[in-house]
Amino acid sequence: MTPLIEIRDVSKIYERGKQKVEVLHHIDLDVAQGQFLALMGPSGSGKTTLLNLIGGLDSPSGGSISVGGQRIDNLGAGALAKWRASRVGFVFQFYNLMPMLSAQRNVELPLLLTKLSAGERRKRAAIALELVGLADRASHKPAELSGGQQQRVSIARAIVSDPALLVCDEPTGDLDRQSAEDVLTLLRALNRDHGKTILMVTHDPKAAEYANQTLHLDKGTLVEQAAA
Amino acid sequence: MKYLHLIWASLFRRKTRTILTLVSIVAAFLLFGLLDAVRVSFAQAGQSANGAQRLQTGSKLSFIQTLPQSLGARMQQVPGVKTVTYANWFGGAYQDPHNQVFSFAVAPNYLDVYPEMSVSDVDRKTFADTRTGVLVGEGLARRFHWKVGDRIPMQSTIFPDRSGSKNWVFDVSGIIHSTDKKAAGFFDQLMLLHWAYFDDTTPYNRGQAGWYVTRVADVNQADRVAKAIDALSANSDHETRTLTEQAATANWMKQVADIGLIVTSIMGAVFFTLMLLSGNTMMQAVRERTGELAVLKTIGFSSTSVLAMVLAESVLLLVLGGVIGIGLAEPLIPLISHGSNGMLSLPPVGASSWALGVSLMLAIGVLVGALPAWSAMRLNIVDALARR
Repeated sequence: MTPLIEIRDVSKIYERGKQKVEVLHHIDLDVAQGQFLALMGPSGSGKTTLLNLIGGLDSPSGGSISVGGQRIDNLGAGALAKWRASRVGFVFQFYNLMPMLSAQRNVELPLLLTKLSAGERRKRAAIALELVGLADRASHKPAELSGGQQQRVSIARAIVSDPALLVCDEPTGDLDRQSAEDVLTLLRALNRDHGKTILMVTHDPKAAEYANQTLHLDKGTLVEQAAA
Repeated sequence: MKYLHLIWASLFRRKTRTILTLVSIVAAFLLFGLLDAVRVSFAQAGQSANGAQRLQTGSKLSFIQTLPQSLGARMQQVPGVKTVTYANWFGGAYQDPHNQVFSFAVAPNYLDVYPEMSVSDVDRKTFADTRTGVLVGEGLARRFHWKVGDRIPMQSTIFPDRSGSKNWVFDVSGIIHSTDKKAAGFFDQLMLLHWAYFDDTTPYNRGQAGWYVTRVADVNQADRVAKAIDALSANSDHETRTLTEQAATANWMKQVADIGLIVTSIMGAVFFTLMLLSGNTMMQAVRERTGELAVLKTIGFSSTSVLAMVLAESVLLLVLGGVIGIGLAEPLIPLISHGSNGMLSLPPVGASSWALGVSLMLAIGVLVGALPAWSAMRLNIVDALARR
């Protein structure tokens, strides 16, 4: 079976002034469809960089990345933006919701890039909010929600356009234990019940336990693979 | 349109700052609406349909130089001339030097050349029969509560009588009604007295006319007639310059003050300041939203659409403030005109002023939004999300 994500010999070098910093060294990785993968490692090990490359937010300095059979490492900025809009959902550590928009409007944002009517956009956003258990908070602005609720709104935003892949960067890093467990339970449900492939960067071993595979990165190299 | 709520919400993300900026935009465009009305008012002077048939002949040297009365008869002989009349500036004030009145001492046939002024037959006869009589504009009569039969004291700002006193007394003989809406502001405030009484009473300028007004038989021949009139005085000590009424009025206005230049200079300074102010607001707004813009790009908004949204936000801010500003000028203009007791007769904000105003709103909106929009477009997602 062809994996959803195929990474071959990927390197990433950042240039900071005259200095070149190689953050990822010749990474090879396959991620199967429906996988819930946790990426762990110390700060500066390249976890977020790898996540950004897979999510199409950045381009590798060398090697190739294919997602769903499509090479994304050689796409231009415009094509990459279109690809992200339809194929990937993003969840961030600090939720990154628009503070001036209601939860409903925040969730609707990715749908603005589609040809759906306003009514259909509202309907789909309502379904997504219901799926994360926040149907009754649709009209609330982010400042009126707890951290856990805000993160669930951001998950609703990530899944509203029904992407195959969810990319989560420290999704529980800013949450208390209970809220973190709620969010992780939700992610696991999206993986098991809705078939979403999830890549999650985390520092927290307890969070990684929710994944069905954990990878460790150290100094830009994959050092260990452990199946849950 | 589907992005409008997003643009609107972004615009009012910092309500206080946006409202303060909006107030300054409203003030700038309110000023624009008022000053443009002043400019249009001056530009329209002398543009009446009848004005096209009239030529004004004045001294080539300066509009304060007078011309011999004998010139009128010679002008009448120029082919293409239908009627010739003449007038002198009187320049009076009523009760207080601030109450200046546009007053001309005119020849008996003056009204024949100005069909824009309508005077009843009775009033006209009374005026003709009363040596000290004056015809006053409807607005002027209303302003000073004058009625036919009133005896009014006027103080000339220039001309004394033979005893040296500048106090003159006139009898209101009739009311001038304006038949031309465009020129009503001028004729409404006019006072006409007899040139003969003026000439007999003041020791200055005996037998001299301030300027001549010629009605031509054919508008298309106006240029030829003007040249022929000027040829009458060529190489004399009173060389003339004959212009169409519109050109003569514009020329006279320019000698008093270049209103167009003054208005343009003021508005240039106001809009320059506005650009700095709203540009700063937009720069701050975009800087504060770096993370949010990065999220928009992350979820698939293209760089071009982010650029367009920031530009649209800037244009929306300008258009919103501008429309409110010019909209406020609409009811204020008649209030100002009324409050000036007819001294100012400003036209309502016309389609051309709105068109110019909206063009300015769009242009300033694009200009002040360009730099922040460019920064937003070039925003690197990874750096912005890492808050680098």
